[in-house]
Amino acid sequence: MRRRVVITGMGLVSPLGNDLEKVWLRLCNGESGIVALPDEIYHGYRSRIAGVCSDFDPEARLNPKEAKRMDRFSQMALAAALDAVDQSGIDFSKEAVERTASIVGCGVGGLREIEVQQDRLRDLGFNKVMPLTIPKIMLNAASSLISIYYGIHGPSYGVSTACASANNAMIDSLKMIRDDEVDLAITGGTEAAVCQLGLSGFGSMHALSERNDEPEKASRPFDKNRDGFVIGEGAGILVFEELDHAKKRGAQILGEVLGYGVSSDASHITQPDDQGIYASHAIKGIFRSSGLNPDQFDYINAHGTSTKLGDPAETNAIKQAFGDHARKLSISSTKSAIGHLLGGSGGVELIFSLLTIRDGIIPPTLNLEEPDPDCDLDFTPLAAKEKKIETAISNSFGFGGHNACIAVGRFKE
Amino acid sequence: MASTEEKVIDIISEQLNVDKEKINRETDIANDLGADSLDIAELMIALEEQFDINIDEENAQNVNTVGQVIDHINSALKQ
Repeated sequence: MRRRVVITGMGLVSPLGNDLEKVWLRLCNGESGIVALPDEIYHGYRSRIAGVCSDFDPEARLNPKEAKRMDRFSQMALAAALDAVDQSGIDFSKEAVERTASIVGCGVGGLREIEVQQDRLRDLGFNKVMPLTIPKIMLNAASSLISIYYGIHGPSYGVSTACASANNAMIDSLKMIRDDEVDLAITGGTEAAVCQLGLSGFGSMHALSERNDEPEKASRPFDKNRDGFVIGEGAGILVFEELDHAKKRGAQILGEVLGYGVSSDASHITQPDDQGIYASHAIKGIFRSSGLNPDQFDYINAHGTSTKLGDPAETNAIKQAFGDHARKLSISSTKSAIGHLLGGSGGVELIFSLLTIRDGIIPPTLNLEEPDPDCDLDFTPLAAKEKKIETAISNSFGFGGHNACIAVGRFKE
Repeated sequence: MASTEEKVIDIISEQLNVDKEKINRETDIANDLGADSLDIAELMIALEEQFDINIDEENAQNVNTVGQVIDHINSALKQ
């Protein structure tokens, strides 16, 4: 019989705060974490708004000397991992060190550090570029720092598929546990690209919302008047564990990972296929991987970034994958409240999916005031809704045409 | 004005997050303060910037104690 994979820990750093239960309450209450960026730095930028983790103090949360040696994306991942491992109750000084993986997604790595060191290179010369530059900016730093912190010796690597990075990381973790390579994985995603290079780079490609006067209204997935995504920062890290391993140590089981699907558009480096054909293949992969039928799924935490092209493409993908059942699904995009955490989004959104199942509350898609006729499914506009949810899918689609979908459900014997 | 020694100890304390009281001329930067090669390389650049000097590569790589750092800086300042 196939090994089953459950979730025993969750932790996050997000624009709505860092305490899981408080973030969840704020999300369900329809609060927004999107703010205006300081004008002295971002004056004149096309997009000057973002989901910022203003409550996150790395030096208070981590060993200050160690924190200094990390870029912000790694600081966030490690802080989220601390909460996730804490909740799981695992004591790595006593168990499982050789049978635990650390697999963390990240889209762009240490952009902030690249900015700082590029300035030093230009202004001060090559011999003033700091020795920690490379270990800070490398995308795999987050996974490595988690392994080092806990002294765990299973597979450890970074995954980079742009905005699908966290889902791909968690899918790899699922497969590794199913295949009996490890019993546990600390896994999810992280990103800290709210910086000048991030805002100018995504801004110049017209990917970002320019609704600068109304930050809280800017992320409006599936709404007719959406004009791009709002960049966000943060990390979502979970502990995946083999079911019997979790049971033996009496761990609290927060949900089960049911399956996954992955595909590639292979059409354009940034634009999604407007028909969503291969995104639908990724969703359909879940049916095969989980052994469940389409009508056994209740909720989708959508990729829903609030871009012109992406939202209708996802709507098409859901319709193709689910057929008639698409109209019975509850769907929402929590990016409407926290922005698009890029490589971190899938981790945070899988946590929200698990809480949706736990509490029977679907978080809203904020700002969905006038639905785009091409986005005509139940996207849970404006306010949270109570509904019993047993199973959920979290979609992530990344620049590069990477489609990665993962499903979770209430744990049943 | 603070002496070179005081300034160096301030910078080491700041860079490596250790109390100033734990640092004196005899302190071994790697063994006593837990600095690795990356920390020491970062520290050398920070010192170069603070004192507006260049610490030559060979000296930078062969530093063990705080006293040696102070001596390198004093000799660089005289040049």
